[in-house]
Order: sequence, then C-alpha cells, then structure tokens
Amino acid sequence: MLSYIARRLAYTLPVAFGVSLVCFMLVHIAPGDPLTSVLPPDASAQLQAEMRRLYGFDRPLPVQYFIWLAKTVQGDLGVSIATGRPVATELGKALGNTLMLAVLATLIGFLLGGLFGFVAGYFRGGWIDRVASLISIIGVSVPHYWLGMVLVIVFSVQLNWLPATGAGPGGSADWVWDWVHVRHLILPAITMSVIPMGIVARTVRALVADILSQEFIVGQRAKGLLDAGVFRHVVKNAAPTALAVMGLQLGYLLGGSILIETVFSWPGTGFLLGQAIFQRDLPLLQGTILVLALFFVALNLIVDVIQTMLDPRVQRT
Amino acid sequence: MSSLATSRSTPRFEVSPGYWSGVLARLARDPVAMLALLVILALVLMAVFAPYIAPADPYRGQMLRRLRPIGTPGFPLGTDELGRDMLSRLIHGARLSLLMGVIPVFIAFFFGAFIGITAGFVGGKVNSVLMRTVDVFFAFPSVLLAIALSGALGAGIFNGLLSLSIVFIPPIARIAESVTTGVRKLDYVEAARASGASAMTIVRVHVLGNVLGPIFVYATGLISVSLILASGLSFLGLGVKPPEPEWGLMLNTLRNAIYVQPWVAALPGLMIFITSISFNLFSDGLRSAMDLKS
Repeated sequence: MLSYIARRLAYTLPVAFGVSLVCFMLVHIAPGDPLTSVLPPDASAQLQAEMRRLYGFDRPLPVQYFIWLAKTVQGDLGVSIATGRPVATELGKALGNTLMLAVLATLIGFLLGGLFGFVAGYFRGGWIDRVASLISIIGVSVPHYWLGMVLVIVFSVQLNWLPATGAGPGGSADWVWDWVHVRHLILPAITMSVIPMGIVARTVRALVADILSQEFIVGQRAKGLLDAGVFRHVVKNAAPTALAVMGLQLGYLLGGSILIETVFSWPGTGFLLGQAIFQRDLPLLQGTILVLALFFVALNLIVDVIQTMLDPRVQRT
Repeated sequence: MSSLATSRSTPRFEVSPGYWSGVLARLARDPVAMLALLVILALVLMAVFAPYIAPADPYRGQMLRRLRPIGTPGFPLGTDELGRDMLSRLIHGARLSLLMGVIPVFIAFFFGAFIGITAGFVGGKVNSVLMRTVDVFFAFPSVLLAIALSGALGAGIFNGLLSLSIVFIPPIARIAESVTTGVRKLDYVEAARASGASAMTIVRVHVLGNVLGPIFVYATGLISVSLILASGLSFLGLGVKPPEPEWGLMLNTLRNAIYVQPWVAALPGLMIFITSISFNLFSDGLRSAMDLKS
C-alpha cells in the first residue's frame, strides 16, 4: 500500500508542476502586456520600463517562472491589482464559501443520485427505471446556470420564499450558521447538486445492474438469500466506485462553480474569478486558478488512494 | 442451418452485413434516439434557414415595445430588453450556439484522435511525453480550464472556440490512446506486421478502422457538455459579444429582466436544454447500439 501511495505521488508531482506552468503561462498568453491593465494609457515609456523592471517582467520567461514558483510554494501568491490586498487573503475567504456550497451540493447530489441510480438499476427495464433514468439524463443535460435562474424565478420572484442572491442579508459576506444565512444557501446548493446527481445516478445504475447480473448473486438467491442480503452485497460492491465518482464531482464543482456563483452572486472563488477576469486582475486570476487546479489534483490523488484501500479489486498500477 | 445447406448445394458467396449496418439497424429501432435525432435535424435546419424562417429582424429593436410578454400579437414569444423579437432571436441564435458547441468537439476529435492514436501506436517514450502532457491539461476541471483560457485570451468567438477545443482534446486523446493500445496488441496487427506491412499501412488498414468508431461515439457524448459550456462562456460575457443572437448571451442580457418578464428571460436556456438533452439521448442510443460501455 505504501509503495502504491509513493508511486501515485511520484506521478502526481510532475502533473502538479505542469499545472503550475500552465497557470503561469496564462498571464503571458493574454493579449498585451500584463501591465497594460495597471498603467494609465498615457504612461511615459520611461515609467513603463520602470514598472516592468519592478514587477520583473523584463527578465526571461523561465527566470520569471522560477521566481514565481519559489514565491508560490511559500504561500505568496502576489498582490491583487484591483484591491491591493494579498491574493492569498482574498482567496481564503472565497474558498471557504465555495467549499461550503460544493460540499453540500455534492452530498445532496450523491444521496439523490445514489437513490435514483439504485432504484433504476434494481428495477432495470421497468417504468421506475425509465423515470429515474430520465431524471438523471435531465441532470446531466440541463444548463445549470439556467436552472438557477428558473429556481430564482419560481422561489424568489413568484413565491418570494427564498432570497435570490448573496450569502447573507444586505450582501454581508460574513457567514453565520443561522436560518437568515442558510436561506441563502438553499437555491445555489440545489442548483449545483443537479450535476453530481445525474452523474452519480448513471454510474450507480450501471454498477447495480452489473452486480445483480453476476453469478454470485444469482447463486446466493438460489440458495435463498433474502432481498436485504442482496442489498448488502450490492452496496458493498458498488460503494467504492460510487464514492470515487462523488469525490471527483466535488473537485469539478469547486472548479466549475463560477457559473452558479455568478447567477446567485455567491461570494466564492468563482465570483472572484469573474472579477479577476473582467478587471484584468492577472495575479488574482493566476492565483485562483492555480489553487483550484491543485485542489483538484490533490483530490484525485486522495480519491485514488482511498478507492484502492476500500476495494482490493482495483489494480495498483 | 438452412443457409448453410443452400450454400452447399449452390456455391454462392453471401456478404454478411457489416458491423456498421448492424449498428444503424439497431439505432433505427430505438425510438428515443430517433426522436432525439429528429430534434437535432430540426434545430440544424432552423439554424441554416434562419433568415427565411424568422418573422423579424433579430437585430432591430424598439425601446417602446421592450419586454413584452409571451403571446403578444406580432411577437409570439415576446420581446427582449431592447424590444427585439424573441422568436426571431431564438431562431437566429441556433446558428452561433450550435456552431460554438459542435465545432470545438470536431476540432478536439481531430487533434485528440491524432495525439492518442500516435501515442498508443508508437508507444514507448513518445507515448510518455504525449500522455503526460495530456495529463497536465486533464488535471484541470473542464469548466475551470475553459474559463481560465478564454478569460486570459479575452472575449470573442474565435477565442471561445479555441479555449473549448483545448478543453476537449485531453479526454479524447486519453480514450484514443487506450483504445489504440488495446488494438495494437491484437493478433491480426501482429500478423500484419509479421507479413511485412509498413507501419503506415497497419495504421491505415488495421488501426484506424477499429479505433475511430469508439472515439467518435465518445466525442458525440461531449457535444452536450460543449454546448452548455459554450453558452456558459457567453453567459459570463466571455464568448459571443453583443448584439449577436446567441442563447447563452441572450440569457445573460435578459438576467435583469427576470423581475419583469421572467418566462421570456428563461426561453434561451430552454433552447440550450432541448439541444443538449437531444445530443445526450442520441449519443446514449448510439452507444448502446454499438454495445459500448460508458
């Protein structure tokens, strides 16, 4: 097991290195100089050269990369051009908000998706299967930003039950676990949960149908195993894969939260990313993407290791 | 048995129906997949003939008649925030929305298949270099990578297409690589090599025919994701720029209207949904007709 983890780490480190390189290059594929957004358009050539030297943009790219990497490894992600605050500080708060949303959405999606998928796979071919499969295909096909808008229209505009935007009353960003704040979490979390629900349901349906058709289940049934016993076998066999899918979905939601956070003005990393893009705040853009991508890489690693621990059938290659 | 008997009495060579005609026959018997295909064809026709079908100019608006409800005489689906006819804009929107969704998958299919087949067939160091590079891009969640790239490059149709194509190359390259590696080890490839076939001949005759099908089916499954993402980019203000009619962008500009005309504002999203679910259902049908596991 330990040697497996070591090998998996040895594979992950180069990938993480590559990810950092891509994030670094993002700033340099951007049209114009990274400084165009900071400098006034009528800045003199001398001032421009001065600033370029100050930020280190006059050095060769590989040198810039290693200086940036050395700082990043120490947790220094630079300073936001728009606010003047450290990128790490801005990110920390936003990351907490997005994590809360994504974890809740993953849990809802996993419970509902697992239920629909299980029922569909168990009653394969029947009408229950068709209904559950329809729900799961809607889950993977619906543009979730639109679903968010529709939920706002129904529950905020028409029924006036839940708030449409923000993470707290009056746009306050400080989270407290009380009803006033939790109300703001409901619509975005439900909207976000639709994606993992559809994917988990499809995976679980295929798993359950596959396990039920295997000879050991047929044999156990012939020997008189009750439905409860079959259920236990199915859950034991399907759980590792389903959990792995859930783990990866959490990563996708964290990285892809920008659309939903834009709809609901949720003060998370996606919202921050949007700000960074439209204010051309390149250090903030670079830092946010790097942290989210590394989060995803780490999650992949953890999911793989846990799955191998839970399921001895998974090959340790 | 009977065919065997007849062939013995009168020597005749019957060509057995090929694999693909079997797939098409199974697909034709799948009512859901056929309905989805019908919807897709209707959407494509709508996009192609948009100027002839649309009742009004999708760009001309009048501030006096802005945000009319669904069912207004002369404007069956209402008007948008600038008083433009919604029906005409939705019909014209099919053009950019479909193009922005489908083209990246085709570009990615081309490059991804090329990278994956090369890596799988050549193997060794070439495989390591290509696939480790692919792994780096695969390590980004797809939405994040699309937004990061088009955010850095800036808004616009070309930048949107470029970003989305880059997003879909890694998953396709991975599938292509694993399918090709599987085929390369089969006996008939070994036999072809032993009988002196050149590498190019083996790839052309034995590999491509067997790997392009599965890769293509996998790619069709990505179209719905690509459609949602492409419109999502425009929804964020990163893809198509105003005043072009595009469903994601329309959803964006109508967002502030949800308190005035909520259902008019929701219409473009419904179009994205219908298109994406049709592609998903068709791809599912194709997959089960080919009896491939997802």
